[in-house]
Amino acid sequence: MSLRITFSTAARILRQLRHDRRTVALLVVVPAVLLVLLYFMYDGADGTFDRIALVMLGIFPFVIMFLVTSIAMLRERTTGTLERLLTTPLGKLDLLFGYGLAFGLAAAVQAGVAVAVAYWALGLDTAGSAGLVVLIAVVNAVLGVALGLFCSAFARTEFQAVQFLPVVVVPQILLCGLFVPRAQMAGWLQATSDALPLSYAIEALAQVGAHPDATTTMWRDLTVVTGAVLVALVLAAATLRRRTP
Amino acid sequence: MTSAVEVEDLVVERGRRRVLQGISCAVAAGSVTGLLGPSGSGKTTLIRAIVGVQVIKSGTVTVLGEPAGGPALRRTVGYVTQAPSVYADLSVRENARYFASLYGLGAADADRAIADVGLAGAAGQLVGNLSGGQRSRASLGCAMIGAPRLLVLDEPTVGQDPVLRADLWAKFHALAAAGTTLLVSSHVMDEAGRCDRLLLIREGRLIGDDSPAAIRAAAGTENLEEAFLRLIRDSEQVAAA
Repeated sequence: MSLRITFSTAARILRQLRHDRRTVALLVVVPAVLLVLLYFMYDGADGTFDRIALVMLGIFPFVIMFLVTSIAMLRERTTGTLERLLTTPLGKLDLLFGYGLAFGLAAAVQAGVAVAVAYWALGLDTAGSAGLVVLIAVVNAVLGVALGLFCSAFARTEFQAVQFLPVVVVPQILLCGLFVPRAQMAGWLQATSDALPLSYAIEALAQVGAHPDATTTMWRDLTVVTGAVLVALVLAAATLRRRTP
Repeated sequence: MTSAVEVEDLVVERGRRRVLQGISCAVAAGSVTGLLGPSGSGKTTLIRAIVGVQVIKSGTVTVLGEPAGGPALRRTVGYVTQAPSVYADLSVRENARYFASLYGLGAADADRAIADVGLAGAAGQLVGNLSGGQRSRASLGCAMIGAPRLLVLDEPTVGQDPVLRADLWAKFHALAAAGTTLLVSSHVMDEAGRCDRLLLIREGRLIGDDSPAAIRAAAGTENLEEAFLRLIRDSEQVAAA
């Protein structure tokens, strides 16, 4: 692994993004617009908006970055650039961390805008600080990137890549405690929820919502999510083959 | 004469099909070697084996004294895939600078490679907006960065006009004269005459390995296309006998 190649790969991915203005606009604007929608849906029920908007600030970057990464990596595969890169001094982890870094930065901008809109325009109220919400959102985005990189190894077409969303992402959203509190779930569901990284991210956000200072539970949750990111990246590297049939 | 590439008894299967059926050949260092054969004959598979991205069934491929695809070779082997493998959503210059950075090289090296393939005037354009021929030259330029000792080019002249094709072949010979080894695949016979040596493959077997002059002489015709057809007929008679 080489830091220089990792950084230049991240810069290359960001340049690609910069040439695609529409994608940048969608990345930055869509989560904020959806939050506005939520605000009017829960008009009047203050506590509900606060709870749901906070969870959504974690879910949006996760879902969006998962999709963007799956497609971006698949394009590397189908256009032959991946095959070429793997004949150069670039290491597999350079490429994977490059993606994590580039989309992590994009996610930071996205989360910054969404959080600003939520707090200032929509009156989101949390006991903890908005900065922690941004931090958790970015870690969630990187989780989406890492899982997207891993899953793209199993997709040969765009159709297949998109199908991994219901397989990998939707169950995590269903079981993260948004719809039914995790404590009220049947034992086997709770155990499944415990094994899914998004559950920890959502719990960390709830901690920020309820406590003025960063709690030990929040840091533990964030560590679990970061660990899941690293595991997914290492698995992605293991499934990225220099030689193909 | 030393060999830059040595292939011994190479067998490759893709799916259930045996694409290369025990090929042995060598590419002389500092030469331009043409890899010719009809489409589907196994040219790309052999090339992929030489750059070390192909899973092989048996046999050995040695490149510059190392097993193909070894870590040290990633600095010394340049590879151009058949479809232009550059980023369509980056400009020519951004592509070249990215590939240069992988070898620890800077903007000057990237710009020189762009000029070498005649794209200096289009350096700021997005690759996606270029013509097919320009796009494959952008891909070629990115492979020439870092002065690789072996350049493996899969059909690099497809879609190029005659003038540019002549320029590219002159460039290939200039590189070879400076010590670079080039392996160039093509299914266009009129390009075969420009190579120092030819490898002819058909249905995964090597049916000719000689200089263009020797192949012409052996087949008793000045026309390489005709010579290739005769070689195919001969190989079929041998197989039938």
